[in-house]
Amino acid sequence: MTKSELIEAVADRAKITKTRAELVVNCVFDTMTESLERSEGIEVRGFGSFTVRHYKAYKGRNPRTGKTVEVPEKRLPFFKVGKELRQLVDQGAEDEPGGGRAADSTSPRAGAAGGVSTDG
Amino acid sequence: MATGRTTKAELIDAVYEKVGGFSKKEAAEIVDAVFETMKEVLADGEKIKISGFGNFIVRRKKERVGRNPQTGKPIPISARRVLTFKPSQVLKVALNPHRERPGDVDTARGSASASDAGRSDPFGSAAPLTGTASRHTTH
Repeated sequence: MTKSELIEAVADRAKITKTRAELVVNCVFDTMTESLERSEGIEVRGFGSFTVRHYKAYKGRNPRTGKTVEVPEKRLPFFKVGKELRQLVDQGAEDEPGGGRAADSTSPRAGAAGGVSTDG
Repeated sequence: MATGRTTKAELIDAVYEKVGGFSKKEAAEIVDAVFETMKEVLADGEKIKISGFGNFIVRRKKERVGRNPQTGKPIPISARRVLTFKPSQVLKVALNPHRERPGDVDTARGSASASDAGRSDPFGSAAPLTGTASRHTTH
């Protein structure tokens, strides 16, 4: 799904015009981008959270030429999927023909994530 | 509403104030519609590409053997689907406004052509070969 398809889906769902839906979708992602620019995290319950990770400068290597390159410090956005969405995405796999995960409730993943609830 | 963390409430406020024409309640419903739509699409295993922001991608993981970090016991990790986010170049640049990317520096200096010419260029030599090959096959 592209942004324009998301806009159409939101217009249908919220019964507003596509023009208005476009303004809303752009506003949501612009606001999120502005937050990240301020190094501020974003939390949407049931969906997930975004944080900004700071990386120090380091000496890297161009894998093709083997040349050493200085990688300057940088900030990168990091997304952690929320509990509800994580389960929705994983459960969807069970309906997939041949895309199977063994449907089990004993899977260790609940403990493995160790997430301090960023999700509802 | 400076809470140090942007929540859905702030996104609703932004839509209410910047887009306008909605009540608070309507703004809340529409912002919910945005995230609920995205959740449904991702639950279907489809990826979402938001230009200028990033891509949400559903990855299919095969079953593998993990280990209990406390006991060291091997435990099976079932096959599953997980969601990853790949930020767009635009977003990465927005977060690093003062950073010169090596690629940009090269082209800005105009030295790209000089340094590229130094490298062996497989396509430069391959092009005439394909030309010869096609001549042979057609006649």
